Amino acid sequence: MLDVRLYLAQRISAILMAPLVLGHLAVMIYATQGGLSAAEILSRTQGSLWWGLYYGLFVIAVSVHASIGLRVIANEYLKLSGAGLNAFTWLTGFVLLALGGRAVAAVVL
Amino acid sequence: MLRPHRRHPLWFAYILHRISGLVLALFLPAHFYVLGLALNDAAELDAFLIWAELPLVLFAEFGLVFLLAVHIFGGLRLLALEFLPWSPRQKTYAALATALSFFVSGGFLLSAV
Amino acid sequence: MREPALQHSEKTLDVSVWQGNAAGGGYRSYSVPAQESQTILDVVTWIQHNLEPKLAYRFACRVGMCGSCAMMVNGKPRWTCRTHVQKVVEGHSLTIAPLRNLPVIKDLACDMSEFFDKWRRAEGVFHPTSTREEEIAPILPSDPERIAASEAIECINCAVCYAACDVVALNPEFLGPAALNRAWTLINDARDGARIARLKAVSVAGGCHNCHSQQSCMTYCPTELNPALSIAGLKRVTAIAAMKGEI
Repeated sequence: MLDVRLYLAQRISAILMAPLVLGHLAVMIYATQGGLSAAEILSRTQGSLWWGLYYGLFVIAVSVHASIGLRVIANEYLKLSGAGLNAFTWLTGFVLLALGGRAVAAVVL
Repeated sequence: MLRPHRRHPLWFAYILHRISGLVLALFLPAHFYVLGLALNDAAELDAFLIWAELPLVLFAEFGLVFLLAVHIFGGLRLLALEFLPWSPRQKTYAALATALSFFVSGGFLLSAV
Repeated sequence: MREPALQHSEKTLDVSVWQGNAAGGGYRSYSVPAQESQTILDVVTWIQHNLEPKLAYRFACRVGMCGSCAMMVNGKPRWTCRTHVQKVVEGHSLTIAPLRNLPVIKDLACDMSEFFDKWRRAEGVFHPTSTREEEIAPILPSDPERIAASEAIECINCAVCYAACDVVALNPEFLGPAALNRAWTLINDARDGARIARLKAVSVAGGCHNCHSQQSCMTYCPTELNPALSIAGLKRVTAIAAMKGEI
């Protein structure tokens, strides 16, 4: 159940995330070589403004994108609509933003 | 048994995009939680990362990387469909997106194993 | 003695036909003589003439230009007058049902009201800007907008695309491929005076932005139209208009 504004938010967040996801895929392939460890991850991310901005933007964009995507699924399969659907959308967006923000803080600070 | 009217490639592309999006959306809170473990104590994160060595977990990770790749490449296909002049090669693009996703996630699996 | 022009083969077809009404119904089976050259409409007509006089179904031109005879044939929406049995029969079996996504009146005839309501709601209606007193609008055949409109204009409202679409099935508000396809032709019509109203009409909660590009519409359209292309065009135009603050 999308109108033009939700559609635009979804597509714009998608465009923003395209380079971020490609970068993330590359990092994943690089980072998993030789096994994963907290020290290795944190040595890259801790104290880094750039990684903070990168993943911070990623979290904001994915919170918008995923909550709108889940909105459509909730409407089509669970038949949520109206105020309930809006509440669902905001809630999922907020949960992703909160948990994601905490994760970014965890690896950057 | 898939309903007959759905048995064409672009419907599969649609359902793959939907399933990948849904699985990723459900995975994300767990992913964020695990990373958040580093907030308190990096050792807690390490204890969890030990699990990542298990073959089953590696294979699940491969699956997730595949779904992420297929969602973004499929998404780029959709953005092109919507914002660029129409191409009659829709099925080709859908196939290419899926093939590229196998390639990328295969690269991940090989580097992680 | 002259042989009859059509040879009847020894084979028969096992045909399941859905019958009932809005309250419910089910499939009934019939044995129909198979012929060399036979359409699904021929089969339905034979059943009604010989076995089931009360069977309700629609047809008119029987030559693929009116769109009245559309039904679900072995699970896919088709014009029954232009669907040869040989092309779709599964072994000896056929399953015939009323079009999906529309309420049933009786047996194979469905209620097309909501299909046409959505046509109007999508502002699939031409709004003239000049009268007979003015010059005829000079629209060149080479004009790209006219070409875009002409490519989508041949819709005869058969509702095959509407039956094929899963978004229509899942979202009762969705205007559907045919209505949106028509709106696209009018967006591209330089003579039309309701552009902003139409852009708003297709940008509502049930509008073009709910299309998931499954492209079942273009896969099954018997006139070989492409509503998915038209809807993509609407998405583009409405996105730009929304960003400019026009809608």
